[in-house]
Amino acid sequence: MSISRGIVSYGAYIPYWRLRREAIGATLGWAGGAGQRSVASYDEDTTSMAVEAGRIALASAPPIEPNGMGSVLFATACPAYADKTNATAIAAALSLGPDVLAADLTGAVRSGCAALHAGLRGDSASLVLLSDLRTGRPGSAEERDGGDGAAALVLGSDAAGPLIADYLGGASASDEFLDRWRSPGEASSRVWEERFGEAVYIRLAMRALTGALQRAGLSADEVDHVVVAGLHTRAIRGLVKAAKLRRDQLTDDLAASVGNTGTAQPGIALASVLDVAAPSAVIALVVLADGADVFLFRTTGQLPVARAARPVAAQIAAGRDDLPYATFLTWRGYLEREPPRRPSPDRPAAPPAYRLARWKFGLTGSTCECGQRHLPPQRACVSCGLADHMHDEPLSGARATVATYTVDHLAFSMSPPVIAAVLDFDGGGRFACELTDVAAADVAVGHRVEMTFRRLYTADGVHNYFWKARPVTEEGLA
Amino acid sequence: MSSHGIKDKVAIVGMGCTPFGEHWESSAADLLVDAAQDAFGSAGVPKSAVDAYWLGTLGSGFSGMTLSTALKTDFRPVTRVENFCASGSEAFRNACYAVASGAYDMVMAAGVEKLKDSGYSGLTRANPPHDGTASSLTAPARFSLLVPAYAEKYGVDRAEMKNVITRIAWKNHYNGARNERAAFRTEVPPGKIKASPRVAGDLGIFDCSGVSDGSAAAIIVRAEDAFKYTDKPLFVKALSFVAGSGRGALDPTYDYTTFDECVRSAADAYAQAGVTDPRREISMAEVHDCFTPTELVLMEDLGFSGRGQGWKDVLNGSFDLSGDLPVNPDGGLKSFGHPIGASGLRMLFECWLQLREQAPPERQIQVGGRGYGLTQNLGGVPGECVSFVSIVGPQPG
Repeated sequence: MSISRGIVSYGAYIPYWRLRREAIGATLGWAGGAGQRSVASYDEDTTSMAVEAGRIALASAPPIEPNGMGSVLFATACPAYADKTNATAIAAALSLGPDVLAADLTGAVRSGCAALHAGLRGDSASLVLLSDLRTGRPGSAEERDGGDGAAALVLGSDAAGPLIADYLGGASASDEFLDRWRSPGEASSRVWEERFGEAVYIRLAMRALTGALQRAGLSADEVDHVVVAGLHTRAIRGLVKAAKLRRDQLTDDLAASVGNTGTAQPGIALASVLDVAAPSAVIALVVLADGADVFLFRTTGQLPVARAARPVAAQIAAGRDDLPYATFLTWRGYLEREPPRRPSPDRPAAPPAYRLARWKFGLTGSTCECGQRHLPPQRACVSCGLADHMHDEPLSGARATVATYTVDHLAFSMSPPVIAAVLDFDGGGRFACELTDVAAADVAVGHRVEMTFRRLYTADGVHNYFWKARPVTEEGLA
Repeated sequence: MSSHGIKDKVAIVGMGCTPFGEHWESSAADLLVDAAQDAFGSAGVPKSAVDAYWLGTLGSGFSGMTLSTALKTDFRPVTRVENFCASGSEAFRNACYAVASGAYDMVMAAGVEKLKDSGYSGLTRANPPHDGTASSLTAPARFSLLVPAYAEKYGVDRAEMKNVITRIAWKNHYNGARNERAAFRTEVPPGKIKASPRVAGDLGIFDCSGVSDGSAAAIIVRAEDAFKYTDKPLFVKALSFVAGSGRGALDPTYDYTTFDECVRSAADAYAQAGVTDPRREISMAEVHDCFTPTELVLMEDLGFSGRGQGWKDVLNGSFDLSGDLPVNPDGGLKSFGHPIGASGLRMLFECWLQLREQAPPERQIQVGGRGYGLTQNLGGVPGECVSFVSIVGPQPG
């Protein structure tokens, strides 16, 4: 009997902010635009969103042995860094390491499929992260139809923990054709006439889908849920028709509520299916991106007890949809606003960031033998004064209460004013940090918050990642 | 901890203080020369009489050569000190100890800061290389945390709290309007203070000290030599300096209604000077009103008001020029701005004027009893700061 591989756990992350499409039209002077798109906040990027998705996925996974994660594979078409690996920051933020392969698959949207294939074929457990931030020139279809978000999947054999879905196999088809492209550094992509791509995609997708079903001994009828992802919506509609897929098999592509999240879309859509699917359901994940990739899964009896603590639908519902278009343009760099008359922040230095990585990325403090907690970690105890009687205290999953807070109109921020709070952590320890995903008027002493991994600012090309606090949205994420 | 103090062992025999403000025409070196010349003249001594120097500055120059090259001193020792916003006080403290030790006969403590050349609002400083995780909150934001904490703990409603901090700003500007060295020399109506644009939390622009340039200096000798130089020396009664462990930033027991560092340095200073009832024994105080709520909290930390009572004393005028304990009769940081290295010595300069009854009549206070004056200088933010307290008086004993 072969060792079965599949999905151990999953999580999707939809950022808090939404841009209503009518807000674009209202500013640029045309009518309409239905629905909304998700928007990564000014302090988020594909790396930080992947961390948030990863935290959700790991929260419902069985405890991973120290260094038990073989690889952390990060896929995005919008990497925060080139040359430098982004997955290392994600692995550090999730405290997975050091015996782990942390690597990026970046550039094309299809990178996400490569990460999934690698995770499903590997020997040890893998954390696969799909993340994207989709935008384009003001007024473009990409800006309107895109969305930002991330998904994470812990993949592995049943040795890594009971699987919530077995991988039944898949197929890929590739060809060289020009449908969507962008030179590195360009802000928006270009597309060929869409009828051309449609024809090529349908041919390749039918080939992959038929092959995958045949090898798995399944007919299209036996598939309970079909997720078709891809940026070429016309080709997707054509494939649905060509493959004679029934409406009840199809999953919502979230175009109206989230937008097309590109590299992350297959993961987020798969997560939305796993949020609701019954045991023993067959799921086909079909991705059209410079070819076609098909992944077939069958859910197990473990699924109902190991679903993500933050379902996609709940995150969509929790979002805030009144983001002004001018703010969106500012966050994405299309509208350069006057900064406060204060010095710009200086870049973090590499050696201190390295020495303190467990704090900066992992939010690990220290607790003295006398019980006093310290954030950041200290050698000498502020309570008993003894030095070097500390142990590590991971706090990224801890919750805290706002002891006091303030609104700072003077401090540098991409999105002033800065709201900061003094936090008292459950179980002890105090730390002052910025609040995010909240309006000043909605903060009060005594409010409950949880930590979230963010990009504080970028200086000299160095992204300064660290943790902020946000209001607790749902109990349960460890 | 033992802190023996050097009560009545040393005395100030001369002081100088430049006007504070926007000195577009003067460098830090120019300001130092101005303050030092004033001090030499005040003590009636030539530069060559001074054996050693202490210089406080946060960032307007490095090393003792900041002073020695400006004044062209003759190969004398210059110690350049930095202790946040208390740097000027720290220069004074160490200069006093040097004379008390017998190492030198006459020394100068000087402080200077040239802030206006930066072009920025508020204070800025260059940090050592860091990991990027330290709070980016500005000083007004940090100190604004005092307001809601105090209001909640003592049941003062937020509108009344605004009246209290407005009263402090109004008082200090009233005093500063009567001081030719102050940077801001106009009275400001309470309505205008209250309506000023918010900087952080409940703090408006008028709740914050300004940005300015300035310098001040003091000449110190052994107490027994003091009358050689002046009929009216100022004797040093107490010097206390405390650096906090940062507990308030780490431990939830800190409630943002006090500066533990100030409480400790005040207790030490009172013990050194033999003060048991500060509200009655202190004739005047110059305190670190970097932001208006700081002054409120300091009134309680220094023992001038009972816990939770300071706001009432502020409102009933106890700390006004005509009150029973004038606080910041020179106008404070509110009227002078806060050229870091100079501020502590500028506070002392007001004691020099007031306790020797040489302040201009429109702001000369009634110096009763032992005529003790107190300066309190703070550096850092609530929960993690340094605090200096000195007590000086016009007579020995």
